[in-house]
Amino acid sequence: MNLDTLLLGIADGVSYASLLFLMSLGLTLIFGVLGVLNIAHGSLYAFGGYTAASITSFVMRHDLASTPVLFVVLLVAAVVVGVVMGLLLEVCLLRYFQNKDPVLQLLVTFAAFVMFEDLQKLIWGTSPYSAGELVMRLGTIEVFNVTYTTYQVVVIPCIALISYLGLNFFLKKTSLGKQTVAITHHREVATALGINAKKIATLVFVLGAVFGALGGALAVPVSSLSPGIGAEMIVVSFTVVATAGLGQITGALITSLMIGLARSMAVYMAPEFEVAMPYIIMLGVLLVRPNGLFTVAQARRI
Amino acid sequence: MRFGTISLVLAVGLMAIGLLFPWMKTIGILGLCYGLAALGVSLPARSGQVSFGHAMFACVAAYAVAFTAKALPQLDGLMLIVWSVVLSTAFSAVLGLFMVRYRGIFFGMLNLAVSMVIVALLGKLYSLTGGSDGIRVDRPTFFGFVTERSEFETLLLGFTLLVSLGCGWFYQRFIHSASGEALSGLKTNETRLEYLGLSAHKVLWVGYVISGFFLSLSGAIFALAQGLVTPDMGSWMRSGEFVFIMILGGASHALGAFVGAGIFEVVKLAASAYMAGVWQLLLGITLLVVIVVAPEGIIGAFNKKKENKGEQA
Repeated sequence: MNLDTLLLGIADGVSYASLLFLMSLGLTLIFGVLGVLNIAHGSLYAFGGYTAASITSFVMRHDLASTPVLFVVLLVAAVVVGVVMGLLLEVCLLRYFQNKDPVLQLLVTFAAFVMFEDLQKLIWGTSPYSAGELVMRLGTIEVFNVTYTTYQVVVIPCIALISYLGLNFFLKKTSLGKQTVAITHHREVATALGINAKKIATLVFVLGAVFGALGGALAVPVSSLSPGIGAEMIVVSFTVVATAGLGQITGALITSLMIGLARSMAVYMAPEFEVAMPYIIMLGVLLVRPNGLFTVAQARRI
Repeated sequence: MRFGTISLVLAVGLMAIGLLFPWMKTIGILGLCYGLAALGVSLPARSGQVSFGHAMFACVAAYAVAFTAKALPQLDGLMLIVWSVVLSTAFSAVLGLFMVRYRGIFFGMLNLAVSMVIVALLGKLYSLTGGSDGIRVDRPTFFGFVTERSEFETLLLGFTLLVSLGCGWFYQRFIHSASGEALSGLKTNETRLEYLGLSAHKVLWVGYVISGFFLSLSGAIFALAQGLVTPDMGSWMRSGEFVFIMILGGASHALGAFVGAGIFEVVKLAASAYMAGVWQLLLGITLLVVIVVAPEGIIGAFNKKKENKGEQA
């Protein structure tokens, strides 16, 4: 393995890590507030991607496809899918299981996931979808004599970074954000202090859903979508969330990078292990730190 | 006791259906395998630990059957099952030593991680495992009989029914034993359990190994019935289906897992006959309805009815 392939591997890894991070960000945020690992988050990724692909091809057919339009299409697809499906899941479904056994809550999201899986096949069929136009338009960029596509090394990581900084600003500097943090600490006390937990739960769920859909929408120009993509992405982002420690946003960023890079390095060095890589990392981390890398000690409630 | 009688009647009924409609035999066997697997998954779930990776034990047992059958083609089917179940249960015993240290989401995720590593390797090490196409398992002799396909299925159905009844009986004995009650105690309050002088790790480990045993049995029989093993057998979606079946049927009695598996198979059959392509949609709706109407599962709902009647009388 020479320097060029190493750099190429890093670029691949960062781009994959960014998508993974967006996905995990939504998942960990939702877990923080609602206390449920939302399996249906995988469907958000898939629906975000498919919707983006459909709108892109619609735009192309009607000759509206200037480069900014192609880009905005991705964001619009993510927001629309995130808001619609997020509201559907939270308001129509999860809200009614708030006080039930966590196992049942997990199963409810699983039920939603398998239903969305069929719905997705009904809408988009089983043939693969992709939309590479934007990547070609944005051209390539040369770093250290290695040529990359601009989209993968600049656009995707930048959006991930902006999402990270934006969410941090929201949680730390705005009133609504601080209320959200209060709920993650202790929902009952926060409610007693006059915070409208119900409203914030809906808001955060939709926000998380948009992040999930954004991951899918951004992936469309560089990869092709086929049935099963949701199931694949959701388990990998589970790994990220669990390895980082539940509810850890910065942790999710670092873990995504770790897993993304490990995976793309494995492609070059031991291709058999590419798919297994995230899980091997997770096993290693959890053996040493049973509650995840970045979890802070919690007071035990008896 | 009443559920025990119902189980016996249902078992005889299933055997009769298998003999009357030969095409039902494979479906019956696979359904029972699902039931056995859900029964296994329900043991850690009694302690509040839900695993999204338990299908790996079924997968390991199935591959053990496939590899052994390839290496020793003259080995009897019964020996294949016994050997692979021993192997896979031993695997669960070793893995259990690590798993019992984790709780909640981490327990689920860690099981999922191990199962995903296994599935990924089975899919990628093509020359050894045949990749995602899997390995064919040729029909072995069974109890020493050289059989045609139909006879083999009849024998296997009978055998699976007996195994299921045995496992169900054992499950009932176990959950009402001291270890079994301690397992439920883990869910209620682990700290209190430790104060009583019981090791929570040990309690969970026993449950974990028995659960691994049930899943291994299910996987080994599944491999023989289907004649093909694929990495899919260990995927997290399959583990999810097992949890799904357990919730559907209810875990308060062993019969629940099998009733859940029966409904699962019926929905699958009905959907593939009348509405191909949307069976998961139907399944999701079924699950949601059951969670809303009977959060204790179908068996739990029956139990409650019985209790209410008792109170009125």
